[in-house]
Amino acid sequence: MAYTRNKPPLPETPEQLRARIPGWGVDLDRADRPAVPRERFDPDATGAHWDVPDQQPELRPRERSVEHARLTPVFGTAVPLKGVSGAIRRYSYARFSEGRAAHWLLLILADRVDVVESTLSALVAGRPDNPVAETGIRSELSHHGWSSRVGRGRADVGHLVLDPVVVAAPWVVGGAAVVVAVRAALRRRRA
Amino acid sequence: MHAMVYRGPYRVRVEEKDAPRIEHPNDAIVRVELAAICGSDLHLFHGLMPDTRVGSTFGHEFIGVVEEVGPSVQNLQVGDRVMVPFNIYCGSCFFCARGLYANCHNVNPNATAVGGIYGYSHTTGGYDGGQAQLVRVPFADVGPSKIPGWMADEDAVLLTDAVATGYFGAQLGSIHEGDVVLVLGAGPVGLVAARSAWLMGAGRVIVIDHLEYRLAKAREFAFAETYNFTEHDDIVVHVKKITDHLGADVVIDAVGAEADGNLLQHVIAAKLKLQGGSPVALNWAIDAARKGGTVSVMGAYGPMFSAVKFGDAMNKGLTLRMNQCHVKRQWPRLFEHLRNGHLRPSEIVTHRVPLEHIAEGYHIFSAKLDGCIKPLVVL
Repeated sequence: MAYTRNKPPLPETPEQLRARIPGWGVDLDRADRPAVPRERFDPDATGAHWDVPDQQPELRPRERSVEHARLTPVFGTAVPLKGVSGAIRRYSYARFSEGRAAHWLLLILADRVDVVESTLSALVAGRPDNPVAETGIRSELSHHGWSSRVGRGRADVGHLVLDPVVVAAPWVVGGAAVVVAVRAALRRRRA
Repeated sequence: MHAMVYRGPYRVRVEEKDAPRIEHPNDAIVRVELAAICGSDLHLFHGLMPDTRVGSTFGHEFIGVVEEVGPSVQNLQVGDRVMVPFNIYCGSCFFCARGLYANCHNVNPNATAVGGIYGYSHTTGGYDGGQAQLVRVPFADVGPSKIPGWMADEDAVLLTDAVATGYFGAQLGSIHEGDVVLVLGAGPVGLVAARSAWLMGAGRVIVIDHLEYRLAKAREFAFAETYNFTEHDDIVVHVKKITDHLGADVVIDAVGAEADGNLLQHVIAAKLKLQGGSPVALNWAIDAARKGGTVSVMGAYGPMFSAVKFGDAMNKGLTLRMNQCHVKRQWPRLFEHLRNGHLRPSEIVTHRVPLEHIAEGYHIFSAKLDGCIKPLVVL
């Protein structure tokens, strides 16, 4: 059968929907929705009582996207750059724009290096990581880990086994790098 | 102060951390009373978001009491109870002046493509978040609002992101009366988007997920018709069959970067981090929308590329609409809907976790244990 010009009939009329669903159609007027029009020039609506915000002091050099003309007036100071991961991040911000895959891939690499650095420094500082507590894995026992998954037809069960790999990957890669470095150093010494 | 601290993929703990301080004249410090874990926090938790630094505190959904204000703050006083939008924004740049608060250009030095967000990596500005006893709130005269006396705390915290974003997602669908609206994902944002679609006059609301307990909530909370994609060989074909082979007028992607449904895509994106996000839901949205229809993207994706089917989107003449939600712009209308009983956000809360047990909270939410839909963090 050919397709026709008519919209297929709906299972319920507007009257039936209005009776069944609280508030059905109260925002029917598209022009009266809060995000319409998308851009609405109204600078007085925000509560800002400045034309240009004051500049937050830059107490230590702050990395920024090369796509910005200058450091923004306000910025976060949650975790300043440090160590090897900080050097990778600094290079990524200084060298590559947000449009380059290299920028993001370097930042992800730095994130993995950061995990190794931070875990080692926590160990040295006497506040070692506790993978059992930090993964919250104990909730598997207290919150029905088995029955939440088995026999439920969940699509995510198939790749569940990869989660520990993600957690362990930086350690495997870092460990392999250490082994390679030590063996190379020993070889040089023997030579 | 005590704060949740990221230690690496799938690992968080509570640490004693330096209290935040006023760093800008329009800063405030807020003592957090109630926070939430957002589905998008799981992208950070899983190590998917670039520049997520060990030591960061997550949390962009929180309410609390003003503890301290900077010298230029006029609209808030110490002791005010406030709800804080997840957006950090200046209120005065090109974008803020036009209502695009999520796209503020003055708060995120790390990237121009995204604005500032609390506790959401340095890619969104490097701010600590609200899963902590105290949090720095920049531009205190712009973002936070005092919590109305009639509003329940759990509703207030959900309005700071999940509810506003779900409602915004339905708005971006530009729903006409009688439209068939398909929502992919029955998490908090998807549930609110589905519920909001009715308010905008949808004629039929369909929700798809793979978690049966969430589909049950979609039927109960959002009055939706539901389908489990694992029970169908090809869910897009099923959507076509139930829409007389036209497709849905509006499709809302409320899944984002870790979409399941295609093992290869999920592993490449969510596990190997070689895409900005798994494009499964977005591609289903493009395929399931009718020609000339609208796809609204509320799912969060990373900044890298993803294998999205733009050819089909072009050939079908789709309108693709997306943005982070400008939360405060939604609030007056959402407050009305709460007062009138048209939206009851706290019905989606399933778990309340003390800050000290936040690692378990993350795992329960991430692994979808125990019927988890929305966990709150109690301080």
